[in-house]
Amino acid sequence: MSAATTQRSWYQRNKMTVTPLLFLLPGVLFFVIYVISPIIQSFNISLYDWDGLGEATYIGLGNYEELLTDRAFEISLWNNVKWLALYLLAVPAGLFIALFLNQTVVGIRLYKSLFFFPFVISQVVVGLVFSWFYLPREGLLNALLTFLGLDTVNILGDPTLATYGIIAAGLWPQTAYCMILYLTGLNAVDPEQIEAGRLDGAKGVRMLWHVILPQLKPATFIAFVVTIIGALRSFDLISIMTNGGPFGSTRVLSFYMFEKALSEYGFRMGYGSAIAVVLFLIMLVFIAYFLWSMYRDEQEARR
Amino acid sequence: MFHKLTKAAAALALTTGLVTPAMAELSGTMRIISDMSNPAPRAIIEGLASDFDAMHPDLTVEVEIVDRDAWKSQIRNALTANAPDVINWYAANRMAPFVGAGLFEDISDMYENGDLPGLDSVKGALTIDGKQWGVPYTYYQWGIYYREDIFKELGLSEPTTFDEEMANCQVIIDSGRKCYSIGSKFLWTAGGWFDYMNMRTNGFDFHMKLATGEASWTSDEVRATFANWRKLIDMGAFIDDHQTYSWQEALPFVVKGEATAYLIGNFAVPHLREAGLTDDQIDFYQFPKIGDHPMGEDAPTDTFHVASGAQNKEAARAFLQYVTSVDVQTAINGPDGLAQLPVNANASVADDEFIAQGFEMLSKNATGGIAQFFDRDFPAEMASVGMEGLQEFMVFPDNLDDILNRLEAARTRIYK
Repeated sequence: MSAATTQRSWYQRNKMTVTPLLFLLPGVLFFVIYVISPIIQSFNISLYDWDGLGEATYIGLGNYEELLTDRAFEISLWNNVKWLALYLLAVPAGLFIALFLNQTVVGIRLYKSLFFFPFVISQVVVGLVFSWFYLPREGLLNALLTFLGLDTVNILGDPTLATYGIIAAGLWPQTAYCMILYLTGLNAVDPEQIEAGRLDGAKGVRMLWHVILPQLKPATFIAFVVTIIGALRSFDLISIMTNGGPFGSTRVLSFYMFEKALSEYGFRMGYGSAIAVVLFLIMLVFIAYFLWSMYRDEQEARR
Repeated sequence: MFHKLTKAAAALALTTGLVTPAMAELSGTMRIISDMSNPAPRAIIEGLASDFDAMHPDLTVEVEIVDRDAWKSQIRNALTANAPDVINWYAANRMAPFVGAGLFEDISDMYENGDLPGLDSVKGALTIDGKQWGVPYTYYQWGIYYREDIFKELGLSEPTTFDEEMANCQVIIDSGRKCYSIGSKFLWTAGGWFDYMNMRTNGFDFHMKLATGEASWTSDEVRATFANWRKLIDMGAFIDDHQTYSWQEALPFVVKGEATAYLIGNFAVPHLREAGLTDDQIDFYQFPKIGDHPMGEDAPTDTFHVASGAQNKEAARAFLQYVTSVDVQTAINGPDGLAQLPVNANASVADDEFIAQGFEMLSKNATGGIAQFFDRDFPAEMASVGMEGLQEFMVFPDNLDDILNRLEAARTRIYK
C-alpha cells in the first residue's frame, strides 16, 4: 500500500515528463521494432553469406569487397546519381506550372486537376503508358519522329538511353506533386509584400526571386525532400518498364538489392543486405541534412 | 460429383491397391500448394485434387494455387513455415537449394520399390546425390516452330544441318522477312538459343560440363558456339529491338508473317492457334545439326515434391504415385488438359501434330541427352548473370570478349 502511494506521488511529481513519454511509447516501440531493428539486422546479415535457407557463414566484409569489383553495382550506383540529379528537375518544373496555374480564369480548377492527375494514378500505370509511348515500332514517340522525318529510336532497348527514358516517365507524376505543393504555398504568399515589392518597382523574375520564392521556402524544402526520397526509392517504374534491362543497364540500388536478395535467381541475402546498407548510408546523408535543417528552423522559430 | 478423371482414378485404385494396400486407409488432411495457375493447368490440379479426395473417403485434400511466377520466390517461405504436404517445382538443378537445405523429402525408396513404374527414363532429372527427390508430371519439347505456309511459298524445306538453316534464312531475309522472332526482355529466351547453339556445336556433354562449372566460359569451345550464333546475328536473322519485348509480345511477328520461325517451347502453340494460325500454317522441326554430336534436347520438366516438413507424408506419397500413373498421365497431358508430353512411358501421347512430333524427337532423336533448360541446369546465380550476357551478345555481338570474361569471373566465384 505504501509503495502505491509513493508511486502515485512520484508520478504526480514527474507528471510533466512522464505523460509525454507515455504518449510517445507506442510510436517509439513500433519505430524500434519495424524500423530500427531491421536496419541493425541488415547490417548484421550483410556480414554473412546466406541463401535464406541453410546455415549462414560469417564472411566479414566479404560482401562489401565483392561490391567494389561488381560492375552491376557500379552501374546501379551511377544510375542512382542520374536519378537524383535529373529527378530534381521536377522541383523547378512544378514551380513553373504552379505559377502558370495560379490565376483566376474560368475552369482553372479543371486545369489544375488535369495537371495533378498523373500523381494520382499508380506508378505502374505511368510505367505502362510510357513503355507504350516508347515502343520501337508502334509507339507514339516514334510515330512523331517518323512524321518529322527523323530516325526512330528504341529508348528502352538502348542501354545508353533507357535510364533517361525511365526518369522522364518518373518526372511526369513527380512534377505534378511539386506543383501541388507550390500551389498550396502560393496561397499563403502575403499579398501585402507583393504590393510593397511592386511599389519598389520589382516585377517579373526579380519579383519571383526576391519576394515570392523566399516566402515559398517551406514548400521548396518539402518538394526537395519528397523528390530526393522519390529518386532513391525508384523501383516500380524500372520493374515495369525494363525489368532492369537491357542487360542490367537501368538497375538502381534498390532494384539490384531486390534482384540479389528476393527475385527468382537471387537469394543471396548477405549480398542484398550489403547493397541495402550502402543505399541506407546514401539516404542517411540526406536524412541527416533534412533533420538538421528542420531542427535549425525550429530553434529559430523558438527565438 | 463426376470428374473426367474419376474413371481413370477408379481404375488406378484397383491396380495400385495391389501394390500398396495401405493406400485405401489414407486419412486426415493433405495440403497441396500448386503453381499451376494458368487456366488449363488450374483445372487439372483442381480435378486431380478432388478426384484423389473422392478416392479416399477419410482424406480431405486442400489445394492452394499460387501464381506461377510468384511461387518462384514464395516456395521458400512455404517450405520453411508450416510446410504443406505436396508442392510443385522444377526438375534438375532448380531443386538443389531445397535438397541442400533438407526441405524436400527423399523418395528414392518409391523408385526402388517399384511404386513408380514407367518413370525410369525421367528419373535422372529428379536425381541429386544419387537420390530421387520428387516426381515429374509433365514435360514439353523445345524446337523451331515455323510458318509452314511461308516456307512453301519460298520453296523451302525443313533444314537438318546448320548450312541448310542459314541458306533458308538467306532466302527468307531476301524476301523481306526476318528468320527468327524472339523477345528477350525477360532474358530466358536467349538462354534457349544458347542451349541449342552450344549443344549442337560442342555436344550435350560439354554443355553439361559448362552447366556444372567444369568447363570454362573463355574456352575455345564456347567461343565456337558464339561464332556460330554470330553468323545468324550478322545475317540479320533476328527481329530488331527484341530486348524490348517479352516472349508473348514477339509472337505477333510470327503471326503476321514478319518473322518465319521462333525457337521456343511447345507452350507457344496454343497462343499461335488462338491468334488465328491453323495447323496448316505452323509446323515444327528439330534444331538442326551443327557439329558431329548426338543431338541433345531441351525438355523442361515440371514436378511434384513431398515437403520434408509434411504432416501427412503417407498421403503425399500416394498422391505422387497417383499423379504419375498411366491413366492419369494420359488424361492430364491430353489435348483437353496440358497438351504436353506424359512422363510415364506407358501413357499414350495425345493425337496432336506438335506433341506427336515432340515425342518422336525426344524418344528417337535425342540420343545426346535431355537437358532441362538454361535457367534450370545452371545454378540460379550463374543463370541470371549468364542470360544477361547472352542478351547483350545478341544486341552487341562485338562485346563478346568482355561478356565472356565477366561470365568466367562469375563462374570462378559461384562454383566453389
